[in-house]
Amino acid sequence: MSQVTMRVWRGDANGGDFQEFALERQEGEVVLDVIHRIQATEAPDLACRWNCKAGKCGSCAAEINGKPRLMCMTRMDQLPEGPVTVTPMRTFPIIRDLVTDVSFNFAMAERVPALLPPPMPEDGYRMYQEDVERGQEFRKCIECFMCQDVCHVIRDHEENKQHYAGPRFFIRYAELEMHPLDTNDRRDYVREEMGLGYCNITKCCTEVCPEHIKITDNAIIPMKERVVDAHYDPVAWLGRKIRRRTKRTASEASVQPQP
Amino acid sequence: MATLRTDRWWLQPVVTASILTAFVVYSTWAAFQNANYYVGAAAHRDLISPFYSPCLAGDCVPGAGHGFAISAWTLSPALIILIFPLGFRLTCYYYRRSYYRAFWWSPPACSVADAHGSYSGESRFPLFFQNAHRYFWYFGLVLNVILTYDAIRAFHQPGIGWGVTVGTIVLTVNAALLWGYSLGCHAGRHICGGSVKSFHQSPLRYKIWKFLTPFNVKHMNFAWTSLIFVAFTDIYVRLVASGAITDYRLF
Ligand code: SF4
Ligand code: SF4
Ligand code: FES
Ligand code: FES
Repeated sequence: MSQVTMRVWRGDANGGDFQEFALERQEGEVVLDVIHRIQATEAPDLACRWNCKAGKCGSCAAEINGKPRLMCMTRMDQLPEGPVTVTPMRTFPIIRDLVTDVSFNFAMAERVPALLPPPMPEDGYRMYQEDVERGQEFRKCIECFMCQDVCHVIRDHEENKQHYAGPRFFIRYAELEMHPLDTNDRRDYVREEMGLGYCNITKCCTEVCPEHIKITDNAIIPMKERVVDAHYDPVAWLGRKIRRRTKRTASEASVQPQP
Repeated sequence: MATLRTDRWWLQPVVTASILTAFVVYSTWAAFQNANYYVGAAAHRDLISPFYSPCLAGDCVPGAGHGFAISAWTLSPALIILIFPLGFRLTCYYYRRSYYRAFWWSPPACSVADAHGSYSGESRFPLFFQNAHRYFWYFGLVLNVILTYDAIRAFHQPGIGWGVTVGTIVLTVNAALLWGYSLGCHAGRHICGGSVKSFHQSPLRYKIWKFLTPFNVKHMNFAWTSLIFVAFTDIYVRLVASGAITDYRLF
C-alpha cells in the first residue's frame, strides 16, 4: 500500500507548528483513524476530541486541507493525492493540538431567549404535524460548530464575537420564532444584540453543515425577513401603528421566562 | 495565511465575476442603443426585447408602446424600466451571496480569509437597503405580467394571423424563466406564507408556501438561466430587427 503524509498542527495557546507523519495507507480509513494511529505509535500525546465515530456527536470537528470537516466522516481515499493537513478549528481559542475551546457557543446558547408559551389551556397544549415538521430540520443539529467556525463574521473578525450569535444559533432563533406555542418576539433582539445583519448570506455555514441543514435559506433568510417586517418595512410599520399593535423591545424579549 | 485550502476554490468566484461583468457590459450597451428593440408589422411580427418592455418613452418605435407614454422622455426607453429588474437582482439574496463573494471578497470562498480589515455586513448604511428587496419583488411580478403579455401577443403575426415562430418561443421561454426566478424569491416565500407562526392556523398560506418552496430550492438555477436567457432574448430580437437574421416561422 502507498504512503501518506499527514501534516498535523501541534501546539497550544502560546503557538505551535505543523508536524509531519509518514504512514502506510490502510484501506477504508477515515482521517480520525489515521489520527488515532499516530496517537498509538509516534505521538501518544497528540490531543484530539472524538466520541461516536459515526458523525453524530459533533466532537471531532477539525479543518482538513483547510476546510471544516468531521474527522470521523472524511474518508482518506476521497481526499486528493498529496499531504493531508489537519488543523484545529480556527475561530476558537486553542487548548492543545486539535482541541479548541468552544465555550463561545455555549455563552451564545445561554443568551437565546427561551420558549415562552401561553398559559396552558384546559385540554393541554396541542401542536399539529405541519408545525412540528417545520422545525424538524433545525433539530437535526449535532452542535459540531463547524458552521460557527467557517463563518467569516467571527472567523476573520474576532471583535464581532461580542455581538454575534452565529449560524448555529440563528437556526435556534428561527426554530423558536416558527414555534406555534411561542409568544416571545426576538426580532429586535436578534437584530440589535445578536448581529443578524452581520451575516451577508454567503452560505458557507450551509456548505459545511454535516447534517445538511439549509441554514441560510431556511433559517437565516426567514429571520432576516422577519426583521424587515419588524424594523425596515414602512408598510408593515404603518399597519402596526394603525392596529396599535406594540412589539416587544430587544431587552424585553431577552428576559428568560421563569420555570 | 489566507487559506490552507488546496482545491480550486478561486474557480467559482472567477466564473461568477466573469458572467456578471459580461452581463452588465452587454445590458448597458443594449440599453443605450435605443434602436432595433422591436420587430413590427412591416416584418409581419410583433416581437419586443425584454430590455425595452414596457416601452414608456415618448418616441418608442410604432407598435412597441403599451398604451401609455411619458412624452417628455426622449432618452432610450430601456433606461426607465431597467432600474427595476436591476434593483431586483441586485438585492436578491442569491445574487448578494454571489457578488459579496466574487467582487467584494467577503469572503471569496469558504474558509478563505475575508479581504477586509473591519466588517459590519448588512447591518449599516448603505447595505441595510438590501432590506428593500421585497418591494423590488412586487415590481418584478408586474414586469413578469407585462412580458407574459408580450409573449402571448407575439403569437399573433400582423397580416398573417396566429402562428408560431422561433421568436415566439424565445419570448415564451424568457417569460417562463423569469416567473421561475420570481416564484423562488425568498422575500416572496416569506410574505406569502413563511411569516406565519403556525402553518396549521393558516392553511391557505401554508399551501402557497409549499408550492413556492421547490422554486426556492432551485432559485440559483433560475437566477442564472433567466439572466443569460434575458440577454439572449434581447440579442435575438436585435438581430431580427436589424435584418441580420429572419425570424423563422414554424407553423
Ligand atoms: S451565511 Fe451568514 S451565518 Fe452563514 S457563514 Fe455566511 S455570513 Fe456566516
Ligand atoms: S448547524 Fe450544522 S454545522 Fe452548525 S453546529 Fe449544527 S450540525 Fe454543525
Ligand atoms: S466522533 Fe462523533 S462526529 Fe465524529
Ligand atoms: S431572493 Fe432572489 S429574487 Fe428574491
